[in-house]
Amino acid sequence: MRVAVVGVQGDVEEHVLATKMAMKKLNIDGEVVATRKAGVISKSDALIIPGGESTTISRLITSDGMDREIIKLAESGKPVMGTCAGLILLSKHGDEQVEKTKTKLLGLMDIWVKRNVFGRQRESFQVKLKVKYVGEFEAVFIRAPAIVKVDKNVEILATFEDFIVAAKQDNILALAFHPELTQDTRMHEYFLSLSKV
Amino acid sequence: MKLEELRFGTELLKRGFAKMQKGGVIMDVTNAEQAMIAEEAGAVAVMALHKVPADIRASGGVARMADPKKILEIMDAVTIPVMAKCRIGHIAEARALEALGVDMIDESEVLTPADVFFHIDKRKFTVPFVCGARSLAEAVRRIWEGAAMIRTKGEAGTGNVVEAVKHMRLINKAISEIKILPEESIYSIATKFASRYVELSKIVRDELGLADVGKKDVVYENYTLGEIIDGLFEIILEIKNIGRLPVVNFAAGGIATPADAALMMQLGADGVFVGSGIFKSSNPEEYARAIVEAVQHYDEPEVVAEVSKGIGEAMKGLDVFKLPEEEKLQERGA
Repeated sequence: MRVAVVGVQGDVEEHVLATKMAMKKLNIDGEVVATRKAGVISKSDALIIPGGESTTISRLITSDGMDREIIKLAESGKPVMGTCAGLILLSKHGDEQVEKTKTKLLGLMDIWVKRNVFGRQRESFQVKLKVKYVGEFEAVFIRAPAIVKVDKNVEILATFEDFIVAAKQDNILALAFHPELTQDTRMHEYFLSLSKV
Repeated sequence: MKLEELRFGTELLKRGFAKMQKGGVIMDVTNAEQAMIAEEAGAVAVMALHKVPADIRASGGVARMADPKKILEIMDAVTIPVMAKCRIGHIAEARALEALGVDMIDESEVLTPADVFFHIDKRKFTVPFVCGARSLAEAVRRIWEGAAMIRTKGEAGTGNVVEAVKHMRLINKAISEIKILPEESIYSIATKFASRYVELSKIVRDELGLADVGKKDVVYENYTLGEIIDGLFEIILEIKNIGRLPVVNFAAGGIATPADAALMMQLGADGVFVGSGIFKSSNPEEYARAIVEAVQHYDEPEVVAEVSKGIGEAMKGLDVFKLPEEEKLQERGA
């Protein structure tokens, strides 16, 4: 199995390490590759879009045609996970910040997102959450976005206050928090389990 | 949901914020318009300043925290994180910046230091800090004080990358030396690195005719020298084991062109700060975009060449070797 991590900007290495650890725990043979260029994603069995700045990541994947590769991979039914900035890019409906910065969304999930919904870095927090299929999980929110509305075909996996912070639509997983920053690999294990390879 | 289960300002959150900046370019801006140009070009964050370092250098005098009104104007203009600088050791400026809600504070040698003995105890803050370093010793001290990100000092406002290269090389070389040292020798390195914290106590004790500072003496905030050495020891040991700094390490100070930025990435920087380089160039929009592209494709020479084509003139720049010692910003705060 080959898992690609979009490597243009953000906490790429953390996702590579977390995925490698999760593969080891599940006894899955394979490799995890970070990629900054077009060509690798289409040859992968799963894909992760990391945390970072959604405006920057969007700009860089669009200029290289990586965005089209991601959409094709997702449409072929292979698992795709986005954390934080990745969640924003997966969504179909942005907010005024997305519009103002002309961020191009991949539009893979029928969700409405709001950027920096909890505030600035001062308001960033960590909290124990109940996540469906995974259990109690230490969730790290950094200038995090959240999902404010979903269509019926989207399954809600976790909520915090009035917001949806983890959701799944078929093979696509969106998290507002950062499982890759903790030592707990259960979120990544769940993500890998969505693969049919 | 019980409120006490929520935790703010933890080391994980601070270092995590810094990690989100990796592979990115952080640009110095002095107003809302520049901030929007930076965001549009793909900057991961902006540094809000009243003057870029080249102008601070030119105007002389005491350089202080920027006007909060200006910082708020920049915070309102963009959706990406906004950082701001406080003077070294200036706890009150740092608290004011935290109250404003800036996303990261740069305790910076570019401003005039407020304390010749100590840097801020950054662990007491909710907001994360970035600090400059010329050597592994400086980096380790800043990390122990709670910095969530390290950057090379370079020589800000010169448009000359030579000092940033030097500092990156010094830190990398020191890490590779430490990697092969036996664990027993780490403690003596920690002791050596801790000597900066003793300077104030030494002067005072000398004046009072007292004995030398011992490990049980409190020398910085509430910490005894022994506790500081133990703390530095843990950090150096971690560096030895993981083969890099435990926090993100950016390049800063004199980066003026896309090729400069690519060079720093090739030397192992996790990302790049560009100060005067963008808004002192002849075409800031083009320069900003080109530097972002060069950082992403730092290992693809054809891309670096392509984005460097016809982008106008870089900032003029200064010969660092002809700068008098007292004009070197990097000498401030070790």
